Amino acid sequence: MTNWTRKDLLALYDLDAGEIQLILDTAQEFKKVSERRVKKVPALRGKTVVNFFVEPSTRTRASFELAEQRLSADIVNMSASTSSLSKGETLLDTAKNIEALQVDLIVMRHSAAGSHNFLAKHLRCGVINAGDGAHEHPTQALLDMFTIIQKKGRIKGLKVAIVGDILHSRVARSNIWGLLKLGAKVTVGGPATLVPKEFRNIGVRVCDNLKDTIEDADVVNLLRIQHERQREAYFPSITEYSNIFGLNRETVKYLKPDALVMHPGPINRGVEVEACVADGPQSVILEQVTNGLAVRMAVLYLVAGCLEK
Amino acid sequence: MQKTDRTLLFDEKKIAGAIDKVAKAISSDFDRDELSQIAFLGIQLKGLPFASRIVESIRKSSGLEIPLGKLDISMYRDDIGMRKTLPHIHETDIPFDINNRTIILVDDVLHTGRTIRAALDAMTDYGRPAMIKLAVLVDRGMREFPIQADYAGLIHHVSGQEHVSVSWKDFEGVDAVFLRHKK
Amino acid sequence: MPASIKGRIYTMKTNYILKNGRVIDPSRKIDRKMDIGIRDGKIVSPSKAKDAVVIDLKGLVVAPGLIDMHVHLRQPGRTDKETIKTGTKAAAAGGFTKIVAMPNTTPPADSTANIELVNRIARDEGVVKVYPCACISKGQEGKEMTSIGSLKKAGVIALSDDGKCIQNHELMRHVMEYSKSFGLPILDHCEDEKLGCGGVMHEGTWSVLLGMRGMPAASEEIMVSRDIILAELIKCRIHIQHVSTSGSVTMIKDAQKRGVKVTAEVTPHHITLTDEEIKHFDTNHKMNPPLRSESHRKALIAGLKDGTITVIATDHAPHTETEKLVEFDYAPCGIIGLETAVPLCLTQLYHKKHLTLMQLISKFTVGPAEVLGLKTGLAEGSQADITIIDPDLKHKIDASSFFSKSRNTPFDGCEVRGKAMATVVDGNFVFSCLPGIQGMIAHR
Repeated sequence: MTNWTRKDLLALYDLDAGEIQLILDTAQEFKKVSERRVKKVPALRGKTVVNFFVEPSTRTRASFELAEQRLSADIVNMSASTSSLSKGETLLDTAKNIEALQVDLIVMRHSAAGSHNFLAKHLRCGVINAGDGAHEHPTQALLDMFTIIQKKGRIKGLKVAIVGDILHSRVARSNIWGLLKLGAKVTVGGPATLVPKEFRNIGVRVCDNLKDTIEDADVVNLLRIQHERQREAYFPSITEYSNIFGLNRETVKYLKPDALVMHPGPINRGVEVEACVADGPQSVILEQVTNGLAVRMAVLYLVAGCLEK
Repeated sequence: MQKTDRTLLFDEKKIAGAIDKVAKAISSDFDRDELSQIAFLGIQLKGLPFASRIVESIRKSSGLEIPLGKLDISMYRDDIGMRKTLPHIHETDIPFDINNRTIILVDDVLHTGRTIRAALDAMTDYGRPAMIKLAVLVDRGMREFPIQADYAGLIHHVSGQEHVSVSWKDFEGVDAVFLRHKK
Repeated sequence: MPASIKGRIYTMKTNYILKNGRVIDPSRKIDRKMDIGIRDGKIVSPSKAKDAVVIDLKGLVVAPGLIDMHVHLRQPGRTDKETIKTGTKAAAAGGFTKIVAMPNTTPPADSTANIELVNRIARDEGVVKVYPCACISKGQEGKEMTSIGSLKKAGVIALSDDGKCIQNHELMRHVMEYSKSFGLPILDHCEDEKLGCGGVMHEGTWSVLLGMRGMPAASEEIMVSRDIILAELIKCRIHIQHVSTSGSVTMIKDAQKRGVKVTAEVTPHHITLTDEEIKHFDTNHKMNPPLRSESHRKALIAGLKDGTITVIATDHAPHTETEKLVEFDYAPCGIIGLETAVPLCLTQLYHKKHLTLMQLISKFTVGPAEVLGLKTGLAEGSQADITIIDPDLKHKIDASSFFSKSRNTPFDGCEVRGKAMATVVDGNFVFSCLPGIQGMIAHR
């Protein structure tokens, strides 16, 4: 059985299948904690976690915060506007200052890819990636995989489709690495401008129309489409996107009856997914949120267990 | 640690006798009505086979089906981050209401008492038992906490340099208690 | 002789005889064991070097002084990164006797005053010969032409907006037409600013996997083709700086076949590294043009081999540690190269049998000399600018020993074969790690 040996969780690209499986197995038991009368364990008692969100976030941050509280950690929240980054301090200086407060873990979100890899190299404390640019968002992918396992019993052999703005999506990248490592068949689809063909080089199927992307999928993960991409000329309009690539009353018919519909949130209702699908029987969107808590507790627990004494 | 370093303390027969002894002691401490209110909680991983053997033994002698739960105490340890490797978290499954029950907590070896301390903490997060008793297969001494077993199948006090480990048919294919010298 | 060393006075002239070296002089296609004399800063027959210090160079290569036509000396303006003094020391330690200073200083070298300043500091503090290059456009803004004729008089050797590329084709055309009258070569950094705007690495599999904004090869190639088309139209020379894509190599090769006077340079790092390195997020792999994929790397080597690319230039771009110790997206582009170029190129090109020593030395001598109109070679009567090379010496690159003020290199700790052992400028040993020969700067 795999043992956890990392002081950081930076990217699913770094992990092997055993490590990913260990996180998912560990999350299984942490999920039960949240279902108890007393929703708290003392696993991280005496440990201090800083939630450092250089890029704004509401749900990921809330999920991490709650996970930390349920593990009995002490928490400090910092954002770009409350940190000295806004006064011109470098990221490394800010992080070193945080570390000097005898902090054990930094959970960070940042707009630049690889920021966590950079920090982890220079810090003794643990670093958990809560999203770095378009690079990775490992805990989101882990909670997606956890949800798939809960619903389908396995990952290996499943066909998973990821639809939307793959080019700019850290969720897509983490999912692709995690799913491939656990033996799923991954398809990415959406407007050709937002779905890089280069993913074929790592064994991902690449499509440019919705039907081909989703029709034999066991799981469909819809990504949020951002309005600014229209301004950057990646597609003509939100209406066209919704007509051609959105999952709605018509296009939902392409899906297998037992296919799961997932979305990392926040949802643009009526754009990438219509209400009838988002709230429909195939949707597991809210379960993803619940599972996110368990997965983040597991990650915090494992990483905290590997810090230098 | 090398297998050659270990010596057999108790064999299958001795263990069977110890299980029998604990089951009988529990049966005689509680009358039939009380016995039906009891539940066993085996501590993951190695307390579990011992608990299920006791339950089985009581069922054979009294015909009573006593509920059995599993408790993992990893999240309640006081040494997270102090060990070389983090213990794997195993399943906690308590298929009965813990409130107002008499719980017999079961583990394989009683040593420092820290595991039991963690188990007591864990249990209180699941409910408020009427009474908690502790049953262990081996009491090997060297306590660090003021915790004693109510039922100890075997008592064999050894030094802090020695390690007592239990093998079960369920895991290792053999019931045995071994003594090893720490490196 | 460039203005920059007119005033340099050497009082103690020592004569030398370089014995038993393997002399490789691409300007005369010479590759044989022979002795060379140095007297009064010039190359002479050994018999004419009186009272000479005799240096035995058995096993070493004696080459014409190497030229690096792409160096950022950062002075004036960013002397925290590099100065003319430290930069020329680094050049000497890397085996270079002549370097071209890029004009993107602060302020940019777009005026005669600025050129005069660089020339004066180079004369007073420079260790090797510095040839200033001036901006093509005022303030490197790509809007108005600089005073090219006056700059020529002030002593510039070439024109470049390096780091930026003139996007306005009309302006570029006029610059090419106007500068032709003055015989000044234009060295162009080819990059379309809209295509791949905001990119931080090569656009390809790795940028996609890492979620980083890519700089497509097409961004460079569009401007290379623009430059070739205009050079053909105007019948002028154009030199493409730090070529990084296979498409650029192909276009340049085809244009050369048609008789277009286009030349090109490549950097040691583009023929050594690929974009895969970025997966470690080390900002010392961030440069512009970016490290490209393996197929591009191979095409660059092929371009060197078939003679399409005649110049190797370092694009020595010093940055402080503070500037580079940031998120990859925010780090400045560029790495230093003066002190790693010779070992890297010998390792990658000579020892891997892509180029002969003659061909490799030509890329550092005849190649740039032809673009810039400089003299090179070891013929008797020439200025004694000489580089002595051990092509086989195995060693590990140690950035802490660099003379450059900056340390931004991805090659620290790399095992390499080959090294510049001594650098001679006008008959003086400016750098030496030969036993018994003291250079102006000591080996460390």
